Amino acid sequence: MEHRRSKGWGNLKYLILGTLFGMVFVKAEIVSWFRIQEMFRLQSFHMYGVIGSAVVVGMLSVFIIKRFKIKSLSGEPITLQPKQFNKGQIYGGLLFGFGWALTGACPGPLFAQIGTGATVVAVTLLSAIAGTWFYGLIKEKLPH
Amino acid sequence: MRGLLTLLKITSIMFELIRQPWPWYVAGPLIGLTVPALLLLGNKSFGISSSLRHICAACIPANISFFKYDWKKEAWNLFFVAGILVGGVVAAHFLANPNPVQVHPKLANELASYGVDNYNQLVPIQLMNWTSLFTLKGFLLMVFGGFLVGFGTRYAGGCTSGHAIMGLSNLQWPSLVATICFMVGGFIMANLLLPIILSL
Repeated sequence: MEHRRSKGWGNLKYLILGTLFGMVFVKAEIVSWFRIQEMFRLQSFHMYGVIGSAVVVGMLSVFIIKRFKIKSLSGEPITLQPKQFNKGQIYGGLLFGFGWALTGACPGPLFAQIGTGATVVAVTLLSAIAGTWFYGLIKEKLPH
Repeated sequence: MRGLLTLLKITSIMFELIRQPWPWYVAGPLIGLTVPALLLLGNKSFGISSSLRHICAACIPANISFFKYDWKKEAWNLFFVAGILVGGVVAAHFLANPNPVQVHPKLANELASYGVDNYNQLVPIQLMNWTSLFTLKGFLLMVFGGFLVGFGTRYAGGCTSGHAIMGLSNLQWPSLVATICFMVGGFIMANLLLPIILSL
């Protein structure tokens, strides 16, 4: 029981981090369909600046963590899984790109858009879950 | 007394500032910091689209091997996306920008030709609402688009967070391939196919 409770609190920190993250998403209009359209029409630097600077900060952080072998708060060594290449990154990547431009959202922003009161996006999210489920169903038949 | 007034004034100026749309050089680094925050908090790799897989595994595994794993071990990811939703509520209710979304004049012109001219929300409410859901245009934008997001991200093994941010941060070249394909797909859709869909 005690263990279960500590596990529950353990997940609460991700809820808080997610909340902060969602606020940035909304305040920087990353979840805006309009900003995504501007990005794909090369009409605004905003999204490129957001993603680019996020990658630079992420890269520096990962470099520092690896270089100094920094451990997690609970003392675990930090492990990073390498990404294996397969053709899915090409086919799936293109298909996700189509969906990104249609919905104006990647998976994270879908949750944030619903939070801002765009309730109909819950249908988009359910459809994304259905898409993921369909991938699981036909995975073996797809080229990878 | 004067000190208190100054403090109030500073607070109110800061609140006004925070209600404006945040520039990329504030938002981008904050998003980038999510990578070390998750690694340090619990040795977790940043990635959002996995949450969709965990929801499938939890709710509709249907004996599909891709969904047969202990999703409860990945529950942190579901707490994280629930947080994103809460963050959306907080930002929209307490920090909402009182002005309409500013868009590039060229985009505004193009959208006006499809009858889209309401910029009061972050999503185009004239295209995305419960009534338009049952039109072909709305179906393609929301249902078909959502399906492609879920299918494509899982097929690619990640989305903007898992590949473009986490993968590139860890110098993974397959993530660069995926990110380029995300962008190519988006360019094709936004410039070549979306105009046809929006004129339906």
